Amino acid sequence: MVENNVFDISALNVWYGEKQVLKDINIEIKANCVTALIGPSGCGKSTFLRCLNRMNDFIPEFHLEGKIINNGTDLYAQKIDPIEIRRDIGMVFQKPNPFPKSVYKNITFGLNIFGVKDTEKLDKIVEDSLRKAALWDEVKDDLNRSALSFSGGQQQRLCIARAIAVNPKVILFDEPCSALDPIATGKIEDLITELKKDYTVVIVTHNMQQAARISDFTGFFMLGELAEFDKTKKIFTDPSNKVTEDYITGRFG
Amino acid sequence: MSKGVLSKNKRNSKVFKILSLTAVFIGFIALGIMLVDIFIDGAGRISWDFLSNFPSRRPGRAGILSALVGTLWMMSLTAAFSFPLGLGAGIYLEEYARKNWFTKLVEINISNLAGVPSIIYGLLGLGIFVRVCGFERSLLSGALTLTLLILPIIITTTRESLKAVPKSLREASYALGATQWQTVYSQILPVAMPGILTGTILALSRAIGETAPLIAIGALTYIAFLPHGVFDPFTVLPIQVFNWISRPQHGFAINAAAAIIILLLITLMMNSVAIYLRRKFQRRVKW
Ligand SMILES: Nc1ncnc2c1ncn2[C@@H]1O[C@H](COP(=O)(O)OP(=O)(O)OP(=O)(O)O)[C@@H](O)[C@H]1O
Ligand SMILES: [Mg+2]
Repeated sequence: MVENNVFDISALNVWYGEKQVLKDINIEIKANCVTALIGPSGCGKSTFLRCLNRMNDFIPEFHLEGKIINNGTDLYAQKIDPIEIRRDIGMVFQKPNPFPKSVYKNITFGLNIFGVKDTEKLDKIVEDSLRKAALWDEVKDDLNRSALSFSGGQQQRLCIARAIAVNPKVILFDEPCSALDPIATGKIEDLITELKKDYTVVIVTHNMQQAARISDFTGFFMLGELAEFDKTKKIFTDPSNKVTEDYITGRFG
Repeated sequence: MSKGVLSKNKRNSKVFKILSLTAVFIGFIALGIMLVDIFIDGAGRISWDFLSNFPSRRPGRAGILSALVGTLWMMSLTAAFSFPLGLGAGIYLEEYARKNWFTKLVEINISNLAGVPSIIYGLLGLGIFVRVCGFERSLLSGALTLTLLILPIIITTTRESLKAVPKSLREASYALGATQWQTVYSQILPVAMPGILTGTILALSRAIGETAPLIAIGALTYIAFLPHGVFDPFTVLPIQVFNWISRPQHGFAINAAAAIIILLLITLMMNSVAIYLRRKFQRRVKW
């Protein structure tokens, strides 16, 4: 049981300055599953997600207590280099943020910085990751076109391809579809379902149907606490918490 | 009540509009008269001879060769010194320096330095480069002095341009496992570079019009040879102009006008490059 936990998180508390935004979070995230995080705005979902790849390190007031164990490694141990952590734990953001460069260079940047220079190998990885992100057919003739000239949905899939290209073990998604139309959203949902064969996925979403459709586990955050965490089926059919039920049925929030 | 206030507001906004238009108009007319006056005086004097002759005691045979070449030297040297220094300092202050009272103090001082009168820089240059370093009244002393003068502008521009790069771009890079330097060098700088270059060119075009600091370090006003290296004495266009207008003969006043036209053309060319870069920048980067 324990060996297929990608994250073992215990007694996690997070503050921005004086303000505590995460309170005593305990959660296990399973390998090759999609874990969805839901909850009202401002309850700390993004903060939690960004703890998992140490993206909060850039916020000066950020302060963390507790343990996040990733495959046996304590992510916040003194000797850990956050750069290496982020290599294994990729992230896709709410707003598509491709580099203002060509499609090809967007994908190869993550490889170049780790010394992959062989053109043949790069070409292959570019094609593979674009295929996995279901974007290859749309961009294969435009690999040198600026990434900014594509549509929002295409840009977001490019960002996913960029994250896949460095071959991480986990991909974190922070509301990846909030700026997209239903068709683009559908494509990305299919993609995430496909991705869990090879990767572990954690996704923050405000879309209840989306969480129900694509995730295996769901965590419900409320005012900085993890109010409920269970199999998605259980949460959406028979939540043990009244607040959870109210939230997912849209009675508040 | 609202009707009265509304019509009063409307009247006020009309008055303000007329006032601003007048102000713009006065500025334009003053500038226009000056330009027309200079062109009438000087345009006819510009010829190949004027560009390729050394200064002379006879206005009809005098040219600006040594001043023009001196200005080009001065511009290249100043650019070569100030750009890497300003860029490096700007990157360090914006990306690497810890935010504490000391860096804040440095920051405030840099903005203050940008407002110090240029003659003060001249005196500083005289003290340090000419005397202490022993560079004499050379191109090197002049270029280093002008470097000090525009360094604060370049540092500030660099910082502003870096600051303007969206946070999402940094996050994208860090999320892939890039180090800070890889992020700055490969993602942030290329986006900020057109802005930095624009600011640098505008700063340089200010530097080539400077007269006071160069006179303070003792630049010569009569030079009848071309500099062969950075340790040679020099003159530049604004000093040549300054020299000519202080002469009594009418012919020299005409020479001065012609030299001013050349100086304006150089500045105009540099500013066009800056505008071109800015336009290109705005078109390419939209998030
Ligand atoms: N950089 C920061 N400095 C201080 N407080 C912050 C910072 N970022 C977030 N917060 C606060 O922390 C709390 C949690 O924010 P977080 O972004 O994690 O919420 P969220 O659940 O992702 O919300 P949303 O659904 O709107 O994205 C909020 O109250 C927010 O104001
Ligand atoms: Mg959020």
